[in-house]
Amino acid sequence: MATTTLSKPALQPKGSAETMPNRRPKTPLSRILATVIVAVLAVAWLVPFAWATATALKSETDAASTPISWIPASGFTLDAFAKVLQSGNIPTWTLNSLFTSAAITAITLVISASVAYAISRIDFRGKKMLMGVIVASIIVPPPVLIIPLFQQMQALNLIDTYWALILPQVIHSPMVFVLKKFFDQIPRELEEAALMDGAGRLRIFTTIVLPLSRPILAAVAIFVFIGAWNNFLWPFIATNESSLLTLPVGLQTIKSAYGIQYAQNMASALLAALPLIVVFLFFQRQIIRGVATTGLAGT
Amino acid sequence: MSTARTTAPAKTSAPAAKSAPAATSPRSRRDNIHGWAFSAPFLVFFLLFLVWPMISGAIMSLTGKSLTGANSGIIGLANYAEAFADADMWRSLGNTLYFTLISTVPLVVIALALAALVNMGLPAQWLWRLSFFSPFLLASTVVSLFFAWMYNPELGLFNDLLAKVGIPPVAWLNDPAVAMWAVVIATVWWTIGFNFLLYLAALQNIPQQHYEAASLDGAGGWRQFFSISLPQLGPTTVMIVILQILASLKVFDQIYQMTEGGPGGATRSIVQYIFEAGFTGYRLGYSAAISYIFFGLILLIALAQVFATRKRSA
Repeated sequence: MATTTLSKPALQPKGSAETMPNRRPKTPLSRILATVIVAVLAVAWLVPFAWATATALKSETDAASTPISWIPASGFTLDAFAKVLQSGNIPTWTLNSLFTSAAITAITLVISASVAYAISRIDFRGKKMLMGVIVASIIVPPPVLIIPLFQQMQALNLIDTYWALILPQVIHSPMVFVLKKFFDQIPRELEEAALMDGAGRLRIFTTIVLPLSRPILAAVAIFVFIGAWNNFLWPFIATNESSLLTLPVGLQTIKSAYGIQYAQNMASALLAALPLIVVFLFFQRQIIRGVATTGLAGT
Repeated sequence: MSTARTTAPAKTSAPAAKSAPAATSPRSRRDNIHGWAFSAPFLVFFLLFLVWPMISGAIMSLTGKSLTGANSGIIGLANYAEAFADADMWRSLGNTLYFTLISTVPLVVIALALAALVNMGLPAQWLWRLSFFSPFLLASTVVSLFFAWMYNPELGLFNDLLAKVGIPPVAWLNDPAVAMWAVVIATVWWTIGFNFLLYLAALQNIPQQHYEAASLDGAGGWRQFFSISLPQLGPTTVMIVILQILASLKVFDQIYQMTEGGPGGATRSIVQYIFEAGFTGYRLGYSAAISYIFFGLILLIALAQVFATRKRSA
């Protein structure tokens, strides 16, 4: 929306400027050229999806025959999808991913929003230090923590449980920072009035601040969810049992198990990609806003 | 900018102004309790799953601890001494820096070019955003499966394409000279959408009047891009470069999945080396020491960037 309203007025002055000695206005020609270039690149960007789909719709024999062809000799078939769904654990892994990602997102939102609210709105001793420590922790790369975290989970007997997948993934220090910045902009008068009326902090937080913060909460939620859904390294280490694997880790085991069954490999990759693509089609605007706001607020 | 404005006065005037009427009344004590009560849930997770692993990792790096639990006595800095003399450690660190260098450049430059093109008032903006951004939503495993298939020496799309223009086949993932570039191509395809969207948002935030004024002065499209868009994008570019470098240094997933670090260690990243030292070499203490060397490197780069951007803005 913003794009069309922004670009339209931009065209007008250029059209009217034709009478002036304007050497090179942004002619429609350059825009047509840009469209062609972008279209070619966009098609190139979609080739991996298309080629994976074409392969997944072949029989294994056709997928492995040379010279390679987009259209299989013996016609398209849903065989690979059927085999993967029958023999594999993909539905289970999808549910695992869905459950753990949802839990991680929910916990992250609750704990990040409340600490961000405290830092933004409450004058308490030590808050500067707290904020400083949280901001500093942004620099800690998660791979540095895998060895001690593994030990910790082993000591707590949590390896191969959902807890091991969820608990270490709920700290998102940049998101605390993003939320705090948003809360800073909510007018204090709203809160003061409620305080006068005798409302407690918790009440103000849940009935005034959170409802006003829906866009940023949605952005953070989407961001955390995508990250949790696609995380590989930690779930790869924290789980071994097939029934507990998340989708990305499960796929990795399939790859080694199927070996050279190309059509089935691509079918399982596409099945794994499907849920987030569907989510994207539904929430495109929120996801894009999420990237823009949470990404840009990182400065 | 807005934070600077809100936090700066809070440091000096705000607490005085706020607590002056109530002095040291129950209100400030209540605020102390409330503040920590709201922070407590986050703090618990933060201490348990970030601060504690940081501390226990540091301690572990001073021990000979193995995955089987044996030999956990303190051995001082021996692990660090060994790591600094370990050619494989240096090699995987070098691979990581090489990957960071050759991935960051295209991930910034191509993202900017795409965003600038799409922002030229093209129709069907949603379509371009969908095309360039959708790979970002895929799990690394999916991306690796797609590309390993396209890189397949006999059956892959890439070699087929090369054959059509008369170029002999390339052993994409099996040639030590090519493998890292093959991983970078997959990575650019996978992650460019994020930087692209950041640039697109930043471009759309540039006030349109700048362009109108420039076009009245007779500045053409290129001129406008170089004298208006690019300078206005400065802060965004700094941010994207920093985020990209820090992200690229952490590379593990797609390399491990496509090449397992091969051929012959040519693509093994430092994160993979940490992982292998701990989980296949069973040497947790040594692995923790390498983790800390890696962390030290990230810290150095981050500090250098902070220093560089401070100097520039000052």
